[in-house]
Amino acid sequence: MTISTIAAGAGDIDRRLLMDRSVPGRVAFTVSDSDVPFQKLPDASYLRDDVELPEVSQLEVIRYFSVLSQLNFSIDTNFYPLGSCTMKYNPKINDELANLPGLADIHPLQPDETVQGAIRLLKNLQDDLGDITGLPGVSLAPLAGAQGEYAGLLIARAYHDARNDSERVVAIVPDSAHGTNPASAAMAGLEVATVRSDDQGNVDVENLRELADGRTAVFMLTIPSTLGLFEPNILEINKIVHDAGGLVYADGANLNALLGLVKLGDLGVDICHSNLHKTFSTPHGGGGPGSGPVMVTDELAKYLPKPIAEKTDDGYVLSTPAESIGSINGFHGSFSIAARAYAYIKALGLEGLQSVSENAIIGANYIQAKLRDKYDLAADRYCMHETVLSASRQKKRGVAGLDIAKRLLDFGIHAPTMYFPMIVEEALMVEPTESESKETLDHFIAVMRQIDDEIDSAPELVHDAPHDLPVTRLDEAKAARKPILRWSADE
Amino acid sequence: MLGVIGVDTLDDLIGDIPAEHRHPSLNLASGLSEQELSGVFSAIAAENASSSNGYISFLGAGAYSHYIPSTVKSILQRGEFVTAYTPYQPEAAQGTLQVGFEFQTVICQLTGMEVANAGMYDGPTAFAEACLMAARVTKRTKIGVLSSADSRLPDTLLAYSKHQGIEIVSIEPGATDIPDDLACIGIQSPNFFGEIEDVERLTNLAHANGALSVVHVNPTALGLFRPPGDFDVDIVTAEGQPLGVPMAFGGPYVGLFACKKAHIRQMPGRIIGQTTDTKGRIGYALTLQTREQHIRRERATSNICTSTQLIGLMVTVYAATLGKRGMKDLANLCYQKAHYAAAEISRLAGFSVERTGTFFHEFVVTCPDSPAKINAALLEQKIIGGLDISDRSENGMLVCVTETSSRADIDRLVAALSEIGAVS
Repeated sequence: MTISTIAAGAGDIDRRLLMDRSVPGRVAFTVSDSDVPFQKLPDASYLRDDVELPEVSQLEVIRYFSVLSQLNFSIDTNFYPLGSCTMKYNPKINDELANLPGLADIHPLQPDETVQGAIRLLKNLQDDLGDITGLPGVSLAPLAGAQGEYAGLLIARAYHDARNDSERVVAIVPDSAHGTNPASAAMAGLEVATVRSDDQGNVDVENLRELADGRTAVFMLTIPSTLGLFEPNILEINKIVHDAGGLVYADGANLNALLGLVKLGDLGVDICHSNLHKTFSTPHGGGGPGSGPVMVTDELAKYLPKPIAEKTDDGYVLSTPAESIGSINGFHGSFSIAARAYAYIKALGLEGLQSVSENAIIGANYIQAKLRDKYDLAADRYCMHETVLSASRQKKRGVAGLDIAKRLLDFGIHAPTMYFPMIVEEALMVEPTESESKETLDHFIAVMRQIDDEIDSAPELVHDAPHDLPVTRLDEAKAARKPILRWSADE
Repeated sequence: MLGVIGVDTLDDLIGDIPAEHRHPSLNLASGLSEQELSGVFSAIAAENASSSNGYISFLGAGAYSHYIPSTVKSILQRGEFVTAYTPYQPEAAQGTLQVGFEFQTVICQLTGMEVANAGMYDGPTAFAEACLMAARVTKRTKIGVLSSADSRLPDTLLAYSKHQGIEIVSIEPGATDIPDDLACIGIQSPNFFGEIEDVERLTNLAHANGALSVVHVNPTALGLFRPPGDFDVDIVTAEGQPLGVPMAFGGPYVGLFACKKAHIRQMPGRIIGQTTDTKGRIGYALTLQTREQHIRRERATSNICTSTQLIGLMVTVYAATLGKRGMKDLANLCYQKAHYAAAEISRLAGFSVERTGTFFHEFVVTCPDSPAKINAALLEQKIIGGLDISDRSENGMLVCVTETSSRADIDRLVAALSEIGAVS
């Protein structure tokens, strides 16, 4: 008889999938017995064999997912200087409030009179977002930033079509824009014309002047830009676009930098969206859910996607704007994310919101000031809420931005956004957010300086990073070449 | 910190904002303490009618009341899942990625399809993206949608496709002939009225004309009914909300999306794949990213970016908790209760129930008076009646019954309808 030896050591994590843990007959949950007289099932030709789902105990379910959770970085456990993503701390009370009975368990098609609290919440949030952005027409329907963008573009098209100005089929997009901007434009049937950035990271005004013409439907501007810069020529830019008959759409992905400091509507912006899950306190969830309300001028409000919450003499109602672009999803948008955003705004109030943006801006500039001797800057000027570093000097010494990003993981710090914006060589985009203490920023700065030293003293530490995570670098080419996308009995 | 930066005030940092527009006035009030905020929200919640203040409801039509097991709520408390970012750094996100791989597995097992993505925004957007994908695969621009589908499906498709040269046409469920230039037939089964469609026949009809079949299912029904994968369906979508996600006044939910392996490079959304690390250990990473907007920009398969990973986690824990036995038992229990309710209501004078085929969860009750009037009377008894569908069926009310309605709840509805019917 042979006895196999079990190796000791907590380092070996059991990564077996649920189906490989399945034991016939084991259950985690019991469905109630029927309390109604037996009803005959349909003909067997309609019915399936059992669904091949796991057979595991309740403890196994809890332990499996709890152990998996520990393989993650998260805001609750790690610093995430992840540019353009606004990975800030979101107060836990907001999650609790969004899940209250009376909010989490109401059906989207309940009559308005039975959901007065819910519609009042939506109306108040619409008003607050309209106030913050200076664009009073608000729809909370879009389910994420990209949907908010798309809704904004449909509104621009509806506006031009209503004026019989249907030759306007071009969206002008800066070369620094997020990929969702051109992708949304394409979905809206618009041709994309790319406007260059100048050597200061601003929109090249002369290039824009050449591009803006009678075919321009909309100019899509991210404010602050993906370089973390506020566009200094914004008033002139907006005038150029308006003079050409186009509309100005502001991508509000970076709205965390502007709360109470400036209103987009005051600058001549016609349409914007905001990612509630970034600026207004919904945790990122490992990639959603999100919410991307769209805000517009009074003139454009009649085109907003439905529904809109309104206050009437008979109470609060959900309504459809007169010339609405229609339904961009199933119901009313991400209600429980709207609830979190409303809670966040109520808790902070005006002064609290202003200090969010102020502290986000100060934190990013502090990091920039403390790292600029070691790392190049994409633009040599004060930034807003994020700073874009370039690892071009490090690249010449044999280490890529990717390696630096991976090495940060060994220190328990999430990587910055890499290789974006695409116009910056070896970009490392750093957004500390207002949540983090000076001590955390100082620690990050010290680690970034140490990694720069390691490039000369111990380059393999950087090249082969990460060393201390559940996995080392993964073969992503293999994953794409021979896709394994699900458990199967034979693999 | 300002001293290190080399400035005196914040305004020195934001000099690029036009001075005349800096520091605008806002109407926002002062902030509240956490305790004050809780009070505000308790008041808001109390203004809504729900099971927590004694109401019973028979609404469905795309969002369904189901019991959510404690395991789902427990795992949802893990900050390591809730506050993680999109797993672009796979070494720091193996938890999220392995859950996503399990999610894709669950969706494939339920639907009988070969591959699934990591989730879309919701059911209707998943359906719209599936139809657009069919148009890309077939290089055709006309999309057929069955007339028995929820109008939210073609409505969302219209908003998604209106500037892409796509034409949407309505197809009757009994059609034996379809236009020969259709990209797909979009089928909802069970349909808006709760009836199971003949997916096999319609799929064969689509294929005979060079079109794909896109089927939008109710995932709970798949515990009992044959899955689309049995019928050679090309793309399957669903609203994932019934699988452990609160109704929450309409969202956030998760769109389920599965297809044949041959079409994966046209699939929208994130996909998670299994691979190995430099030491040969199994790990997971986002894959086939060249389809996506952050790489392909205006030529991407979709503009979707942030989607619904956390809701996918809820679905995955739900499916793992119910397991093989539970999914079947639950579907059967829902079936028993809905059929009991339909049988009881059909006995009432003045009410009739259309029972032309096999239905799940929902059925159409033809009322003796306008459903709006009947619902108003029900509401006085703290009963939220079925959806008024008189725009689609004369005096029609779409009544939904799931496992969360007890026999006592159903009997309360039946007694109330009997009383209201007698006076109308």
